[in-house]
Amino acid sequence: MEFQIIWFVLWGVLWAVYFMLDGFVLGTGMLHPFLAKDDAEKRIMLNTIGPVWDGNEVWLLTAGGATFAAFPGTYALMFSYLYSALLLLLFALIIRGVSIEFRGKGASGRWKKSWDIGIFAGSAIPALLFGVAFGNIFSGLPMDAAGYHGSLLYLLNPYGLLTGALFVMLFLTHGSLYVCVKTEGDLCAKSTALAGKLWAGLLIVSVVFLGATAFATKLYDNYMNAPLFLIVPILAVTALIGIKVFLAKGSPLKAFAASCVTIVTVVFTGVIGLFPNLIPSSIDPAYSLTIFNSSSSMYTLTIMTVVAAIFVPIIIAYKIWVYRVFRSRVTIEDVMKNKEAY
Amino acid sequence: MDTIALSRLQFAVTSMFHFIFVPLTLGLSILTAYMETRYVTSGDEMYLKMTKFWGKLFLINFALGVVTGITMEFQFGMNWAEYSKYVGDIFGAPLAIEATMAFFLESVFIGVWVFGWEKVSKKVHALSIWLVALATNISALWILLANGWMQHPVGYVLRNNRAEMVDFGALLTNSYGWLKFGHTVASGYVIAAFFVMGISAYHILKKHNVEFFKRSFRMAAAFGLFAIIMVALIGDFHAAEVAKTQPTKFAAMESLWDTQKGVGYNLFVIPDTKNECNAVEGPCVPNLLSLLAFHNPDAEIKGLKAFPKEERPPVLPTFWSFRVMVTLGFAMFVLAFMAVIYAKRGSLEAHPLFLAIMLFSIPLPYIAGQLGWIVAEMGRQPWIVYGVLKTSDAVSKSVSTIQVWASLLGFTVLYGALGVIDIYLLSKFAKKGPDDDLSALLKTAKQEV
Repeated sequence: MEFQIIWFVLWGVLWAVYFMLDGFVLGTGMLHPFLAKDDAEKRIMLNTIGPVWDGNEVWLLTAGGATFAAFPGTYALMFSYLYSALLLLLFALIIRGVSIEFRGKGASGRWKKSWDIGIFAGSAIPALLFGVAFGNIFSGLPMDAAGYHGSLLYLLNPYGLLTGALFVMLFLTHGSLYVCVKTEGDLCAKSTALAGKLWAGLLIVSVVFLGATAFATKLYDNYMNAPLFLIVPILAVTALIGIKVFLAKGSPLKAFAASCVTIVTVVFTGVIGLFPNLIPSSIDPAYSLTIFNSSSSMYTLTIMTVVAAIFVPIIIAYKIWVYRVFRSRVTIEDVMKNKEAY
Repeated sequence: MDTIALSRLQFAVTSMFHFIFVPLTLGLSILTAYMETRYVTSGDEMYLKMTKFWGKLFLINFALGVVTGITMEFQFGMNWAEYSKYVGDIFGAPLAIEATMAFFLESVFIGVWVFGWEKVSKKVHALSIWLVALATNISALWILLANGWMQHPVGYVLRNNRAEMVDFGALLTNSYGWLKFGHTVASGYVIAAFFVMGISAYHILKKHNVEFFKRSFRMAAAFGLFAIIMVALIGDFHAAEVAKTQPTKFAAMESLWDTQKGVGYNLFVIPDTKNECNAVEGPCVPNLLSLLAFHNPDAEIKGLKAFPKEERPPVLPTFWSFRVMVTLGFAMFVLAFMAVIYAKRGSLEAHPLFLAIMLFSIPLPYIAGQLGWIVAEMGRQPWIVYGVLKTSDAVSKSVSTIQVWASLLGFTVLYGALGVIDIYLLSKFAKKGPDDDLSALLKTAKQEV
């Protein structure tokens, strides 16, 4: 019983960290064709994410792998029920990856422009689809003993799309703040100004989302039963306001940190509301996939807990080291000097 | 085609495409790391140039390996939900461990390597490519232990309507998985060696940067000869393991129909599946197959007829893939052996025909590797987990034929385009040759000292 709860928390952590880290990469990818005025600025933006984007995406693979190992019942049904949506997500992530890597491998304008489209689409589609997927997980999928009764179009219900919009706005704000922190001069000033505007949009979507959640989901039930957990959504709102406060004070780094906290607490607001479900059934709670009815055996969970206890701290240690190595702002001189740069 | 056939085809397309990039990564990461180490220890700028040139080709290939790998992590659940439910308790663990032990390490340190030329010391920079090489090889170990479990399931019990892990140690020490790991990883090294030798041969023929490419060739030749010998040796043990644990696969690999003792090895065979015999066979080396399979010339080997028809794998693809793979292996051994001799004598330029053959031999180890996977996976049929779960019971129930048609079409188009771009970029940068302008880089390297 304890192990299933440990893995539920870890499952939430993996998604939260993934969205926090890939969120700014997806955001930068969405902003990159619009924020940069010329090729040099585009290259600067891509090189801010250059050393870290691949490592950030691995959190997604680990979230998938952990779901498989700890909750195989959920892994199997979630992935096959959401087949078409996941397929689009996969294609988009594949296109994003090759577009980032190959854009700089040719010189012609057409070559670069094609990959720019790939970077934008490969960032915007996943941002939206992750939101749609989580919105539908929050509200539950139409599933019973006979299986799944939805489709790709079903997933695009108003609440799913609203959550999609929330994710897109979160990542756009997050990405613009990241660009503020990692660049200098014009580009930095432009993205700081944009971050303020995006924040206003994010605030509106967040308010609508919090209201709609009361009607479309049962997420708030857990908070009624255990009000102590309300600290997480309160923290989310505080951090969201913090972004604007720090921006107004002229400290984008703190605003970016607040944005990190916002994303993590937003994810956990949903995850706490789900407990003990991983995917609720919208037809009858008896068919919900929970951490208890879809988990691995105690033996497997024990082994996986030991593995996680050993390797997660090591991973965090070298990731922090890497972010320190690449902490300086990216300039056009840096980009020109390194032939392998994007 | 039904959902099962389509899902199998899609898995074959996506995993075989993924496996174009993975094996080159396995070997070329090591070669690049070795070149950079030589640069750091000797200060010889030629090694820095080599690191940069081969490293660039490595990165183009690596990018495609990464993005096509995402598919692999997802499609067990997408297309094989019943499989994932049934064996996830034991099969999910090595996949999750692979991600935590290997994927983070390689993706983080590849970033350090590409962007860190001026940010970290020379030694740390060389260390980062070694960590990438280590991580890709660790990754191969875990995924092959997972596949090894599908081939020869150990350390589980069937209860609660699924296979539950009871002995992680057995999974970890499954000799099938380790032999497969050794065989596959070594074959990746062969791919990298032939890749480097082939491109070097092209430039030596064109008389471009001859010293640079002779040195690259020499390094790859030694690596390749060592690797092909390892492939053969481990492959021999691996085949013996197959004979012991997967008799149906072994019988199909050799197109052996009747159970016999002291079985000989036929150099030429044409199977006749309709009449369950071989249309042509011979000349026969007596007792050789028994000797190879069980290391005993008089051992009995079960023929295909000893098993009910519905439990036999498709004989023709298993048989022909195995035969051609072994033949290619012998050819590559001869080529690698000659390569070492010519490179050692320094007489590569004097053998233009050999160089041309080496250029056109780049695909050989790739083909052999893909054929090896056909033997492994087709030869395991009709099982998805040998003796435990049939492939036909493993497919997702909620996914429709139309959905798989659409995804298969999507993957084929997308991967086809990626394949074209990959070949375009690799040949563009391979033909361009090494960058002569290293002055900027060297300046910063000197500042560090």
